[in-house]
Amino acid sequence: MATLNPAADAGARAARRKWTPEKREALFGFFFISPWIIGFLVFTLGPMITSLVFGFYRTDLLQVWEVVGFKWFQAVFTDVLVRKAMFNTAYYAFIMVPLSTTLALLIAVLLNQNIKGQSFWRTVYYLPSVVAGAAVAILFKWLYQPDIGLLNSILNPILFRISDFLSLETPLVAPRWVFSQDWAMPSVIIMALWGAGGAMLIFLAGLRGIPTALYEAAKIDGAGPIRQFFSITIPLLTPTILFNVVLNIIASWQVFTQVLIMTQGGPNNATLTMVLHLYNTGFSQFRFGYASAQAWALFLAILVFVLFAIRSSSSWVQYER
Amino acid sequence: MAENTATITESVALPLQRQRHYNVGVILWRVLLYIVVLWGAVIFAIPFYWMIRTAVMPPYQVNLFPPQWIPDSINFVNFRAPFVGPFPFARWFGNSAIVSVLSSAGVVLSASFVGFGFARLRFPFRNLLFIVVLSTMMLPEHIKLIPTYLLFVQLGWINTVLPLIVPNWFAPPFHVFLMRQFFMTIPQEMDDAAKIDGCGWLGIYGRIHIPLSLPVMGVSAIYQFTFTWNDFLHPLVYLQQVDKYTVALGLRLFEGYMRSNIQDMMAAALVAVMPTIIIFFIAQRYFIQGIVMTGVKG
Repeated sequence: MATLNPAADAGARAARRKWTPEKREALFGFFFISPWIIGFLVFTLGPMITSLVFGFYRTDLLQVWEVVGFKWFQAVFTDVLVRKAMFNTAYYAFIMVPLSTTLALLIAVLLNQNIKGQSFWRTVYYLPSVVAGAAVAILFKWLYQPDIGLLNSILNPILFRISDFLSLETPLVAPRWVFSQDWAMPSVIIMALWGAGGAMLIFLAGLRGIPTALYEAAKIDGAGPIRQFFSITIPLLTPTILFNVVLNIIASWQVFTQVLIMTQGGPNNATLTMVLHLYNTGFSQFRFGYASAQAWALFLAILVFVLFAIRSSSSWVQYER
Repeated sequence: MAENTATITESVALPLQRQRHYNVGVILWRVLLYIVVLWGAVIFAIPFYWMIRTAVMPPYQVNLFPPQWIPDSINFVNFRAPFVGPFPFARWFGNSAIVSVLSSAGVVLSASFVGFGFARLRFPFRNLLFIVVLSTMMLPEHIKLIPTYLLFVQLGWINTVLPLIVPNWFAPPFHVFLMRQFFMTIPQEMDDAAKIDGCGWLGIYGRIHIPLSLPVMGVSAIYQFTFTWNDFLHPLVYLQQVDKYTVALGLRLFEGYMRSNIQDMMAAALVAVMPTIIIFFIAQRYFIQGIVMTGVKG
């Protein structure tokens, strides 16, 4: 930045000399975080805004770029299939979040009881969440196979005995799981519960953070194990519960791989979830504008529930001190 | 806890009868505890067992009814099926390995660099920007999917591994958070000492923070490896040629083809999940450490 004015030049030199340690530090600070800034702009903020813009277009991302206004955003509310997908996703999330959080908490509390071989048990319960994905969905499809699958070959004889015992006219039969409209979604949920180990580990870490002195004090005051659980364990674990619930809400509303592999959304759209539907709309039907509008609708739904969880937390989460 | 209970009951000197009654309760509770934990573990282990059992079973035995719990003989012939079939299974495996390893490397290097910046340097808007990092951690992936897809189409990266790797070289927020939390625990005095010895910021980062943060880098790498290995949505969108597939994607194709040969399918699935399981067992300690760090301080 050469200038003809010597006074300004001197000023600039003075300014350069003014590169105080603070300024140098700030400069280096931005240098260090620059990979994140670039990534954030290119792979997060940019795409987010762009997908909102796409929502106003009819587009196949190639030749067709036609502005359609709010059409897609209105269609999101009226399209029967989108409503079905929204309902299914909500169904999955509203069952999955409380159920898997409770299950994870239960296992963690049991394993925290000074149990022998804790690391062995922990591994057994945690391992399923390491292998999440396509292989697991394929495995469960086999377990759920209605005729010779493992699950029904255990359930059917039991149900037969029960029917016999109750002398029912039509004997009880195990559901056809992923082939049944009513049971397909529960099948997906049961499979997902198998992966509760991730949340369990987080709970175990949280439990380890509770000072044992509290339990000893409670014992001296005559509090039994159940009282201790509800008066010490649960309150002190509420931040961890919130953390798990929020993670779980975000993950549950995005359920995709499992349903794609196990049911492809069927039978009769009983497991069509939002991400699956927007994937189909975009990448199978090439209606990327509509898919983008759906993505935003889903994003807002997730945001509402996450914010609700966080806002409501002030009334049930207890932070120490 | 049992020992503690004993000492406390003694020290409070409860009447003998009540003390004994209490101990019976404790013993009953612990027996019940072990029964519940054991049964839970059995239920959690059965799907794995069933996968292995089906994979090593002789084909004639697989479709018998009622299902047989124990194979007549253990054989590995089913494991040949994925490799000799019409699909490039070994190639898929290689693709997954390349993508997972390079993604992990990118995450570790970039996130530790950025994490150091957030943990150690003061600059304007630092807290605000860190809040942005935290909130993007919660951002659902699908919202970025279509524009990112278009970006990669225009870069000509479809059917290459690049879209699966490159974004991971730009400091994914979860890992930045992990690294930053770890760097915060390194005493400031070490930085100050290095500064007095004439180290610049890069020197402090490279000579002090990197060597001290190898465990957390391990955590980060393992997480990313597992995540990328299991990832299905991104390969599905970016890879359309069969020979470019990752294992997760290929399994689905294989499944459509192998529908009736469940033993081959299970063998393929077992091979596909093996790397993540092996890595988990090698690095179990790091896994758990990572959970402790994110969970407790999060």
